[in-house]
Amino acid sequence: MIQIRGVHKSFGDLEVLKGIDLDVEKGEVVSVIGGSGSGKSTLLYCINAIEPINGGEIIVDDINVHKKNTDQNKLREKLGMVFQQWNSFPHLTVLENAALAPQVVRGLSKKDAFEIAMKELEHVGLGDKFDEYPTRMSGGQQQRLAIARALAMEPSYMLFDEVTSALDPELVGEVLDTLRLLRDDGMTMICVTHEIAFAKEVSDKVAFFHEGLIEEIGSPNEVLENPKKERTQQFLSKVLH
Amino acid sequence: MENYVFHWNVVFKAFPQLLGGAFTTLHVSVLSMLVGIAIAVLLALGKMSHSKILVMASSSWIEIARNTPALFQIYMAYFGLGAFGINLSPYFAVFSALVFVNAGYLAETFRGGFQSIPKTQYSAAKSLGMTTFQVYRYVILPQMFRRIYHPMTNQFVWSILMSSLGILVGMNELSGETQRLQSVSFRTLEFFIVAAVMYFVITKFVLLTSSLIAKRIFKGDIA
Repeated sequence: MIQIRGVHKSFGDLEVLKGIDLDVEKGEVVSVIGGSGSGKSTLLYCINAIEPINGGEIIVDDINVHKKNTDQNKLREKLGMVFQQWNSFPHLTVLENAALAPQVVRGLSKKDAFEIAMKELEHVGLGDKFDEYPTRMSGGQQQRLAIARALAMEPSYMLFDEVTSALDPELVGEVLDTLRLLRDDGMTMICVTHEIAFAKEVSDKVAFFHEGLIEEIGSPNEVLENPKKERTQQFLSKVLH
Repeated sequence: MENYVFHWNVVFKAFPQLLGGAFTTLHVSVLSMLVGIAIAVLLALGKMSHSKILVMASSSWIEIARNTPALFQIYMAYFGLGAFGINLSPYFAVFSALVFVNAGYLAETFRGGFQSIPKTQYSAAKSLGMTTFQVYRYVILPQMFRRIYHPMTNQFVWSILMSSLGILVGMNELSGETQRLQSVSFRTLEFFIVAAVMYFVITKFVLLTSSLIAKRIFKGDIA
């Protein structure tokens, strides 16, 4: 499981996270919602140690993420991450994109790495794109590639950072379908998202972030249907029109 | 001029010497390019470093190299240093000047190429568990290399053409050799026409080879 305890994070003078506590159990899907600048994405970057933290601790299984002697590269093998911008590697084919990390990080043979990559690409519906270059694909396809690329490392957890925000509206559906697929596989996921309907549908827990703190957390029903806090209500009325 | 009669025979007889000059031209261009690349990497790293001294030193080199004529640089290396009792051979003076200017230009090419790779590529690769070395080896540098490849080819062609300034310090590269041969035969136009054709053939060959190699090693959409 992922345990987040009193996490503080500042960029210079700007305190972005002001003491976040959050538990994510194995198999759980947790959605994080909130306005921009509320610290939701930053939390994901802190969980996989792309950003250091200024206080508190984050424990993934039994790894204390920000402890000095923690092997953060080893940690990141457990944590798949998909970004708002899909960040395909443009110089590699779709198959090579997905096979690169299994090959160089996990040390698999080219054959085994390609096998895993093919399996994951087929899983996200890119089975006919192995030899394509990502820049020739749509944003939705590239985002699914990014998901397959992360899955090819066979992570225990997946972190999604607003993975549909940069997509054209008609491409959002295919990416959300892929996330539903992962939920059905039993993948543990933290989804930072603006898709409230999607969060309602797939989440076990929803956390509403406001100015670096978790303002409200609970089941989708509690937080999205019957929010107790005024700020949650305000936010939802704004995003749901 | 209307009475000028072309005499090509003397040029053909001297062709082996012209070829020798062309070889020297290629020799100095290739060497100055290789050493220039090595120094350019250091200058680019220096300019992107956090050390004020390194930034200043690299920037000065880059600025002077890019904003002064190559002719001036060759004169400085040959006559300028000569005034201080450091006597470089014509070859070495031209070589040093070309290294200086190549390094300056390529440093900016390298820095631009590096900075044009989005930082998110780094985060994405890191998030897959790659070490910093692996991120550069498999993700950043291959993309950067594509972007600097053609500017590097251009710089090489330019080195070949700039080395003709060797004529001014008595270096026996293609232009110097041409100058010498025409001065003993008075077939000025013939020699310089042939030399121009030789420069053209050399640079065209370099450009064609370079784009053939590019087609083989760079796949995918980005140039």
